[in-house]
Amino acid sequence: MQRHVLSVLVENEPGVLSRVAGLFSGRGFNIHSLNVAPSLEEGVSHMTITTDGDSLILEQIMKQLHKIVSVIKVVDFADIPAVAREMMFVKVQAEGPMRGEILRTVEIFRCKVVDVSPNEMTIEATGDQNKLDAIISLLHRFGIKELARTGAVAMRRSKKTD
Amino acid sequence: MECTGAQILLESMKREGVDVLFGYPGGAVIDIYDELPRHPELRHVLVRHEQGAVHAADGYARASGKTGVCLVTSGPGATNTVTGIATAYSDSIPLVIFTGQVPTQLIGNDAFQEVDIVGITRPCTKHNFLVKDITKLALTIRQAFYLARSGRPGPVLVDLPKDVMQKRTEFVWPEDIYMRSYNPTYKPNLNQLRRSVEELAKAERPVILAGGGVIMSNAAEALTSLARKLQIPVTCTLMGLGGFPATDPLWLGMVGMHGTYAANLAINNCDVLMCVGARFDDRVTGRLAAFAPKARIVHIDIDPTSIRKNVEVQVPVVGDCRLALEGISEICDAKLENKDWAGEHAAWIAAVAEWKSSKPLCYQDNGNIKPQAVIEALYDITGGDAIIATEVGQHQMWVAQFYSFTKPRTLLTSGGLGTMGYGFPASVGAQFAFPDKKVIAVAGDGSLQMNIQELATVVSNKLPIKVIILNNRYLGMVRQWQELFYNNNYSSTNMEAQPDFVKLAEAYGAEGYRIEKAEDMRAVLEKALASPNPAFIDVVVEREENVYPIVPVGAALDEMLLV
Repeated sequence: MQRHVLSVLVENEPGVLSRVAGLFSGRGFNIHSLNVAPSLEEGVSHMTITTDGDSLILEQIMKQLHKIVSVIKVVDFADIPAVAREMMFVKVQAEGPMRGEILRTVEIFRCKVVDVSPNEMTIEATGDQNKLDAIISLLHRFGIKELARTGAVAMRRSKKTD
Repeated sequence: MECTGAQILLESMKREGVDVLFGYPGGAVIDIYDELPRHPELRHVLVRHEQGAVHAADGYARASGKTGVCLVTSGPGATNTVTGIATAYSDSIPLVIFTGQVPTQLIGNDAFQEVDIVGITRPCTKHNFLVKDITKLALTIRQAFYLARSGRPGPVLVDLPKDVMQKRTEFVWPEDIYMRSYNPTYKPNLNQLRRSVEELAKAERPVILAGGGVIMSNAAEALTSLARKLQIPVTCTLMGLGGFPATDPLWLGMVGMHGTYAANLAINNCDVLMCVGARFDDRVTGRLAAFAPKARIVHIDIDPTSIRKNVEVQVPVVGDCRLALEGISEICDAKLENKDWAGEHAAWIAAVAEWKSSKPLCYQDNGNIKPQAVIEALYDITGGDAIIATEVGQHQMWVAQFYSFTKPRTLLTSGGLGTMGYGFPASVGAQFAFPDKKVIAVAGDGSLQMNIQELATVVSNKLPIKVIILNNRYLGMVRQWQELFYNNNYSSTNMEAQPDFVKLAEAYGAEGYRIEKAEDMRAVLEKALASPNPAFIDVVVEREENVYPIVPVGAALDEMLLV
């Protein structure tokens, strides 16, 4: 089992998300995260799908995605250099002496505090999945009240010239 | 020219070459029906249930190779089509289904007879559309027909809100069609074809496994000539029957769960398996781990998802089956002109012949009417020159085993989905495609009752369709499983309470025949088949006859039960 980040370009028409999501649920493939937003080109949306499976399952996922009539292009970033990032908000319990420590943690991970109240702080963090997992595990002891993650968005790296 | 949506719809159908459509009116499509009489070139067939409409369109498509069309209303009309759509989807049949929809301003408001049919049919259509804007109507219809019949064919649904049918706009027919996200590959890669030939040339014990793709791509001729040239034995899936003449010495019989001893053993012992237009369904492979264990596999299919989905393949060939087979044939002609295929395969063909003669398909004659004997008599009487539609169950397997199909598009049967109630309405479609051909539906007493109302369609259109009912007063196939694998626990498979099919036929205005004695079978069958009228022929067969061979679920192909 390997985690794969897929980049999928789709025609931006009603129902396209459920065509893609329905493919995964109907065929028993796993979706770890799914992210959709308009792309640069009008009428075309960009999806980033994180999934896992062995190579045969991945091959089927890629082929089946491509078979959907509204899908224009499918790329697996396992084989090509790409950047992938995820964003999240974490709302933590933050009272008295804890506040300083939370702020120091936030500093180390280069996160931002985006909302504060007398007993809570909301932190915005961006990074790859491992980094976000690490932040969550560190913040756990303060008491996480709410968590919202976007799932990965990914893009192919530019070709290096030498 | 300014036209209403309904006018655009009918004009577009005409331009797509539609000559017959199967349908059932209702509130949401009443504007289309209002327009229909002004288009006499479009023949509308009024069915008695929307499921019947889709199966009829499907039978029309399978028999003719054209795209089948149906038109139904919104809500229940639309949901009644789902089984038919899923049936066509499983077997890759080109259909366009037009469903009515409530007016656009009511969509999402739980209006009367509203249902999200686009959502419901998303997993069982090749693609589907909701037309919200009348200016996109003609283009959408064009795309729907293009998608349905191109690449791997399949059903495409177009949902038509009532107000879109009523509005007016300029009619512009898009002559050219291009969808950048949809580019099926027809022409196979030349290197892969060369590799296929290399495999075939090295093979000592080759087998060709042909599926429905051979029929769909009109590749039967190419398949037959290649198999004969290379002297390779051929087996077919249920969907492939007719793709290779069952009278040819190279014919192995059908493969799989109810396949012949020879076919299943050939698959088990072959060293190269060339699969053409089949998708390694579980009813074909038996236990996957033990499927064709000694073989290197060449797999030709127009749909890349079919390749390496179930079995590991050494040579994948994506493309149209006919083009691939012709390409392989050309390479053989060019490079292996002097190869003695017959000589090199002689030992293998002898082994196969031995399997065929030692364990042929057979049944014990005991004086009762044996269902297999009925199918043999049917083949004999028709000389194989008929279109046979079947329902699903034991009778379907006996047709597949005991009727020698020699031409493509002469067997209409629900392979992938196994839809009881398919065959009789499918025969209606086939008869519209070929008014002068003999069209016969073979049914079980259980299956026939699932769409028996279509007898009214048959009678009202004066179709000379005959339905042969192999009546064992059981849901025979389930009963057989209960007998073999569930300790004879015949739970809910006894169908003794059933109508008098002869009287029922007569009540609808058709003819009814009953055959109760083996010695009468042939004569009554001949008489009934010669009649110019529609008829039910109720054949009271041996009650607990089983289909053999059978490969139990989870067993390997060579672990079949023979009798």
